[in-house]
This record gives sequence, structure tokens and C-alpha cells, in this order.
Amino acid sequence: MSIPGDWYLILASALFALGAFGLLVRRNVLVMFMCIELMLNAANLTFVTFSRMLGDIGGQALVFFVLVVAAAEVVVGLGIVVAIFRRRSSATADDLHILKG
Amino acid sequence: MLHVAFLIPLFPLVGFVVLLTFGRRLGNPLAGWIGTIAVAGAFVATIITFAGLLGRPSNAREFTQSYFSWIPVGGLQVKWAVLVDPLSIFMCLFVTGVSMLIHLYSIGYMHEDRDYSKFFIYLNAFVFSMVLLVLANNLLVTFVGWEGVGVCSYWLVAFWFERDSAASAGKKAFMYNRIGDVGFLLAMFLIFSKVGSLNYLTIFSHTHLLGSATATAAVLLLFLAATGKSAQIPLFNWLPDAMEGPTPVSALIHAATMVTAGVYLLCRMNPILGLSSDGRWVIAIIGCATAFVAATIASSQHDIKKVLAFSTVSQIGYMVLAVGCGAYIAALFLMVCHAFYKGLLFLAAGSVIHGLEDEQELARMGALRKWLPWTFATFLVGWLAIAGIPPLAGFWSKGDVLANVYAKSFPLYVAGVITAFLTAYYMSRLFYLTFTGKARWQEAAGDQPAHHTPHESPWVMRIPLLVLAFCAFFGGVLDLPWTNRGLNNFLGPVFAGTLYHDNLSMTSQWVLLAIDGVIAVAGLAVAWVLWRVTASRPALTPAFLERVWYWDDFYDALIGRPGQAVARFSATVIDAKVIDGAVNGVASLVKSSSTGARRLQTGYVRNYALGIVLGLAAILVFMVSRTWWS
Repeated sequence: MSIPGDWYLILASALFALGAFGLLVRRNVLVMFMCIELMLNAANLTFVTFSRMLGDIGGQALVFFVLVVAAAEVVVGLGIVVAIFRRRSSATADDLHILKG
Repeated sequence: MLHVAFLIPLFPLVGFVVLLTFGRRLGNPLAGWIGTIAVAGAFVATIITFAGLLGRPSNAREFTQSYFSWIPVGGLQVKWAVLVDPLSIFMCLFVTGVSMLIHLYSIGYMHEDRDYSKFFIYLNAFVFSMVLLVLANNLLVTFVGWEGVGVCSYWLVAFWFERDSAASAGKKAFMYNRIGDVGFLLAMFLIFSKVGSLNYLTIFSHTHLLGSATATAAVLLLFLAATGKSAQIPLFNWLPDAMEGPTPVSALIHAATMVTAGVYLLCRMNPILGLSSDGRWVIAIIGCATAFVAATIASSQHDIKKVLAFSTVSQIGYMVLAVGCGAYIAALFLMVCHAFYKGLLFLAAGSVIHGLEDEQELARMGALRKWLPWTFATFLVGWLAIAGIPPLAGFWSKGDVLANVYAKSFPLYVAGVITAFLTAYYMSRLFYLTFTGKARWQEAAGDQPAHHTPHESPWVMRIPLLVLAFCAFFGGVLDLPWTNRGLNNFLGPVFAGTLYHDNLSMTSQWVLLAIDGVIAVAGLAVAWVLWRVTASRPALTPAFLERVWYWDDFYDALIGRPGQAVARFSATVIDAKVIDGAVNGVASLVKSSSTGARRLQTGYVRNYALGIVLGLAAILVFMVSRTWWS
């Protein structure tokens, strides 16, 4: 027996909502990062699900692109996090509001 | 011999270019001689062309010489071309001839001026423009010359621009001329829209395409152009102010170039004028009114050049009157005689001014007969000629005009005769005040010291005076009534069909001439009684006439002051409130709106993220709702 595609989609939506909620309510930059990863992977899960449901390999191929872009983003993002840590002891996103114009 | 026609405009043009390039280096007096020779060359070329024209039968004296295409645009084909016919060559003869003499005279008159070479640059450009105006074979090239004459008069009237009065007189001349130019342009558009060509010969052979209303409009517009250039009511005020220029310029503007241009244009367009009897009546009445008004003003001016200036306005009024009556040849006859005696009078007046070191007030002259004998003798001829004393040029030419006017309309004739009396009167007044009576320049007047003994002018200034005096004396032989009328025969073909024939019997012509002679002598006599001894008769020079019938004040009140009020209103209200308000309003609007928009940028990432999420939610809701309801 196979699990219906709907379940994957529900799981993906739940993950995405979790990530979005986390991004909004948490202050810690690292946690916000993980929330973004969560949202990205929810999207990946959706891609793969639809790929299987529609029998189209394109969705799976797109996931690789998303992974690559996510990896690059993580590199930049963690670089910023390190830079923040060098200046201050904590890594709270709100502290950086002074950067506004 | 006709193929040398291109040299007529080319000579002054080359002179202009040479002087423009090397004028300052050539210096004084070489620059003046080069300018004179350039115009003399044009004069010689004109004579050769004239001889060639005479060699042809009288009905084949028309000849177009085309140089290059200027504006080839669809239906509009304009060429640089000259039309050599009796009218244009007749104009060229006296324009170049008198200009040549004025150039020669200027060599002496301007010899102390520091912008000596610049003066001759302008003079040559002036003559070039005038010759171009006269010779052009289409309206547009005529207009180029027309504008060239206008701008040269601006430069020359404002030649001593350090003086405020000269600078503003130049501007005034230019503005008045611009008003006339609008008429010229509109007439040109109107004719082109009906005929589809600007070429004179094409227009004249297609006059049937113009309806009578269109023809009247075209005639009135052309006449507006002529009133600007030829200083007629209502645009005559600029000419007296043009006296601010050096005296040779006044002679050039009044005698040979510029003011004759308007009359020439009307004569040239005679087939169009022939279509509109109403238009010609307007021309005749305005010409007559101008002649009379200007004559009354001239009789009460105190500046030697102002008297001559108003006398020019008056004489041109006669020409316009003759044109309005259809007596084109009489107008041209008076024009050439006027060129002789008015050129002479201006140059002689310049000699007086020169001799008295720039004194122009009649009240500071008198008894100059003894000190300036040459000037006196030549001025005498000019005076008698313009006054209409037989047998000088003015008598015959003015008599010709008045005879035509008599045959056309008796009221206009009476006004013309009264004007003739006034002409004799004011010219005699001018003459007596200048050359007879007491030597008032010997006395100090007010804060001005007495003048030194006046000196006669050098020979370069005397020769033109003598030549012009000769012409002013014998100019009448061009068209004597009992001869076979050379001028009429020569110019006749140009005006075939539109010329007015007075059909007066020989007896009535002689009676009219006798009346003219008596009137002229009466004018002399009245002035002799009144002005021989005294130089001041306030009762005869009322402020109304001194102030030019308050004409300038009228324009000042009608246009000047409202114009200034509008300008002041614009400066204080429109500029300060409306324009600055709009500019500052935009700035403060941007500032206040951006102050509001700046609050959106908080610097908190979660705020931005919330925005993204809400946007995402909105898109989702939108898409889902579309799926469900469709």
C-alpha cells in the first residue's frame, strides 16, 4: 500500500507554516535561519510529491536547484551571522534595526 | 549684357564679407574706400544691366536669372533667383547710386569714429539686403532682404549704443518693423495657399485664383508690411527715433533703402492691388493722412534731423497715396526724386552737424551761410526741390502725384495740396533757422558754451552733396509732362493693366502745376515772414505737434503701460505665487509623503517577513478563490 499524495502535501504545508511562524516570532538569527530552511524544504517536499503524482521528473530536478541555492544562501547567511557575533555577544535580529536608513 | 545682373547683389556681399573678415586690419580710411568701391561696383553692374534692358524691345524687358534651389519641398519650390525687369532695375539704379554717394560721404563723416570699419560692414550689408529685396523673383527671397534691411537698420540706428537713447531707438525701429513683418508673412501664406507659388510671375499670371475678399485681405496685409517698413500711420513713430543713428545712416534709411521698400513692395504686387479697389482706398487714405500728419509735426520740431525725418514720413505718405490711387509710376517718380533731394538734405544736415561739432538744435544754429558756403548752396537746392519750386525735381514729381490724385479724388487732392503748402513752410523754416538770421551758435545757451567757428566739410563729403544737388535739380527731366515721358514708357510694361490713367487735358495739367507752384511759393513766403528773424515762436510750435500728436504717449498708454503692468503682475504674483508655489508645493508634497512612507522601514526583519507572509497569504486566497468560484 502507498501513502496518498495528499498526506505529503499536508505535511509540507504544516512544515511551511511552522517555518513561517518561527521566522516571525523568533529573535535569534540562527533559529530564524533554520526556519527558512524548514520553509525551503517544505517547498522541496511539495516539488517531489507533485513530481511523483504527475510522473514528471522535472519537479525532482528542480529540487536540486533549490538545494544548491539554499546551500549558497546558507554560506552568505552564516557569514553574516559570524560577522554579527564578532561585534556583539548575542545574535538578535532586532538589534540590527539600527542599520535602517 | 543682362547676365551681369548677379554682380549687383554680389558686390556689396563681397564687400561685406571682406570688411567683416579684414575690416579692422584695413582700418581707417581703407575700409571705407573698400565699402564704397563695392557699392560703386554694384552701381556699375546695374548700369550695364540697365543698358542691356534698354537694348531689348519694351515688351521683352523681363528676365529671370536663377542661381540655385533653396527650398525644394513638394509643392513649395523656392529658388535663389533674380527678376530683372524695368521696376527692379529702376530701383537698383537709385538705390546703389545714392548709397554709393552716402558711402563716400561716410568716409569723411565717420573718420573720427572708433568703430569706423564696423560702420561700413553694416552699410554694405544694408545695401546688399536692399538690392536682394528689390531683385528677388519671389516673395520669400524678398522677405530675406526685407528682414536683412530691418536688422541692418537696427544695427545702424543703435550704432552708438553706449547712449541709452540710441539703443532704445534701435529696438523701437526693430519692434515696429516686426509688426509689419507679420503682415508680410501672413500675406505670403495667404497668397501661397491660393496660388501655390511664391514666384512673382506665377502669382501674377494666376491672380484669378484669388477671390475678391482674399485679394483685399492680401492687399491689407501687404500694406501692413509697408506701413512698418515705410513708416506710415500707424507704425511711423520709429522713423524719427531712427535719427539717433549717425547722419549718413539717416540719409541711407530715408533716401535710398529701407523706407522705399514698402512702396516698392506695393508697386511690385500691383496685379494683386489691382484686384481690390477697397484695399487701394485704404492705402490712399492712410497715405494722405500720414502725409498731412507728418507735415504738421515737421513744422514744429526743434531738431534739424527730426524735421527731416518727419518730412520723409510725409513724402512717403505722398508715394503711398499715389500707389493707392493706382499711379504707381508717379509714386516711383517721386521716390527717385525724393531719394535725390532727401539724401542731399540729410547729408547737408550732416555737414552742418559735423561743422558745429554735433549740434542738432535749430535754436543753436543760424547764419551758417557765411561759414558753410558749399553746404549752404547744396542745401538750398534740396530745400527748393522738396518745397516744390519749379523747375526742380520735387515740383515735377509731386505735381505728377497730385495730378493723379486730383483725377481720382478731390478731397484727397485738397489734403495733398495743404500738405504741399506745409512742406514748403516747414522746409523753409528749417532753412531760415539754419542758414540765415543771427548766428545763435555764437552765444552760450543755458549751461552750454558757445560753439567754435564752424568749419566746412572735407571734399569727400562735398562731392556727394554736389552730385546729389545736381540730381535734385535736374531729376525732373526723367518724366516731364510735355515730353514723351521716359519713365512712363520704361516702367509702363510692369504696370500694364493696373496703372491708373488720369486722362487730364494738357491745360488742366498745367493749371494743376501752376497751383502747385503758387502753393510752394506761398509756403516759402509765410515761413520767410515768420522765421527769418526769430528762432522761437511758441505759438506756432504747440506741444501737441511737438509731442507728435501724442502718438507715442498713446501707444505708451495703450500698450506700454498695460504691458508693464502685466510684467509686474507676472513678476510679483504669477512668478512668486503660482510658479514658486507649484515648485515648492511639489517639494513639500514629496517631503510629507516620504515622511509617512519612512515609517514602513523599521529595520526589524520580522516586520518585513510579516509583510511577505501576508502578501503570500493574499495571493493564496486570491488563487484559491478563483479556483472555487470558476
